[in-house]
Amino acid sequence: MSLSKDSWGTRIGLILAMAGNAVGLGNFLRFPVQAVNNGGGAFIIPYIICFLLMGIPLLWIEWASGRFGGKSGHHSTPFILNKMDKRAFWKYIGVFGIFTNIAVAGYYCYIESWTMSYMIHSLAGTFDKMTQVQVAEFFNHYIDISYSTTDIPFEAVFFYVLCILLNTWILSRGLKGVETAAKIGMPLLILFGLFLALRGLTLGTSGASAEYPDANAWDGLNFLWTPQFDSLSNPKVWLAAAGQIFFTLSVGMGTIHCFAAYVKPKDDIALNAVSAGFMNEFVEVVLGSLIVIPIAAGYLGLDWVKENAGFGMAFQTMPFLFEKWGPILSAIAGLMWFGLLFFAGITSSLAMGTPWMGFMQDEFKWNRPQGAWSFGALVLIFGLPTVLYYEYGIFDEYDYWAGTVSLVVFALAETILFAWIFGIDKGWKEINQGGDINVPGVYRFILKYITPLLLFFVFMGSLVTPLNNEWVMTFQNLFTGEGWALDNSSLINQLTNTGLKQQLADATDANQIDLLEQKIWYINVARVLLLILFIFISAMVYKAYQIRKKEGRI
Amino acid sequence: MNTSALFLMIITQLSVTLVTIYFFFRVLTSKPKKEPDPYSDE
Repeated sequence: MSLSKDSWGTRIGLILAMAGNAVGLGNFLRFPVQAVNNGGGAFIIPYIICFLLMGIPLLWIEWASGRFGGKSGHHSTPFILNKMDKRAFWKYIGVFGIFTNIAVAGYYCYIESWTMSYMIHSLAGTFDKMTQVQVAEFFNHYIDISYSTTDIPFEAVFFYVLCILLNTWILSRGLKGVETAAKIGMPLLILFGLFLALRGLTLGTSGASAEYPDANAWDGLNFLWTPQFDSLSNPKVWLAAAGQIFFTLSVGMGTIHCFAAYVKPKDDIALNAVSAGFMNEFVEVVLGSLIVIPIAAGYLGLDWVKENAGFGMAFQTMPFLFEKWGPILSAIAGLMWFGLLFFAGITSSLAMGTPWMGFMQDEFKWNRPQGAWSFGALVLIFGLPTVLYYEYGIFDEYDYWAGTVSLVVFALAETILFAWIFGIDKGWKEINQGGDINVPGVYRFILKYITPLLLFFVFMGSLVTPLNNEWVMTFQNLFTGEGWALDNSSLINQLTNTGLKQQLADATDANQIDLLEQKIWYINVARVLLLILFIFISAMVYKAYQIRKKEGRI
Repeated sequence: MNTSALFLMIITQLSVTLVTIYFFFRVLTSKPKKEPDPYSDE
């Protein structure tokens, strides 16, 4: 019997919350850039294949595991996984499902707070008459905590704390709070996205200027969607597609398990999972591809986009482009753009709070406010270094280990657990129980063999990324005795800070050397903080296990 | 836009939109499950 009295109010609320968990800034910023960098329109082919063979199966695995654990009163991954297999170590693999969320929320709330601040700045007309360079500089000033773009002291920290307080307050209202936020946020996000996507689709050449006479939104769309089929033979493209599917669906985090744990045993999860999954794909493939790239190309030209496309465009470029629409429309567009990013962010960060809350409620009988405020406190403690020392790489380090590596490791482990140890027979039964759709039988095979294999390739691809992502050449080099040259983005080289050490060795300027040395120090501090967080949660899991043993529940 | 890009964009986005609407429609029109009989064994 569930120990928690929380439950989903409506099915639509659950699906919007799950979709909100998945939809994030990456839908608008990461997908188009990945497509541009990996074969344009041809990227869609491996992307869709990976969605069908890895994305949807993972959704089903996590929804099914969550509901299965929820039947026994487990609303977080340590004891959900332990319920699926009694061996003790699964509890500690399940720790990832709480650790990742707190660590990621630490820096994710910072990005979310930027969108809050930028909404206000858009309405206030802050970016009116600014040049592109000034808009980019504005962002650099904003993240300098000693600087203030308004009269609020330590403005970046102020909005960050405000953002955490908002998340905590909504979480203290339990699942109903999360559901309400999703019911408001997701429709508004889609509405704002449709408006901006329509603009991207209709901009054409009307944005060309004396400075950028060749600017053409259609060039951006051409670049994004023209298929370059020869790129399909490049392993880098397939790995990029698999990686994008992985991150866009927010699998491997533990949030889906937690949400699904509150689904009643007889209710459907199969249809819910694909519905939420496709809603994420609609936001990504339809809306996401029609906003940043075409609007930027429409004012700055394709060459500029190719050189500069990236995450930074959201804050350093888009406000400048909206200016072109006049003071009133630019304020509305800015409100819509940062508004949709804010809703994308908050629906994800709220989801990140629920596994910790579920765990503390289940194991230590904490009430909702206690769970919520303790989550807020943990996020603030572990996240503040990412704010205060942003330029020293703590933010990026958290994003790499918690927001990238942890997800892949956990997803690989849970897939093997679900399909091979818990067993595909029981797993298949769990997925289909209460189902409102018939899951195609071929997915039994896919879940057992294909999905784990794809995840293994994603993991190995991250572990040993070859120099310049030249997979074919590096593989051939193995047979010519030249060994496997690692890229600095590989997990192994990241762990050993190889890239930074190379920069240090090449640096001649004393200031640059000093900065790099400090960066290495702060990066090691970030790793220690993450380790402390992981050990702390593991200790809580151990304590919970001891209590269960004492109470005869094990 | 060139023909192949336009074709791929329309086909992909239309497909994703239609499938999304289809599954959402299925959710909206699925009958709610009956609560289990509290007196029966589960």
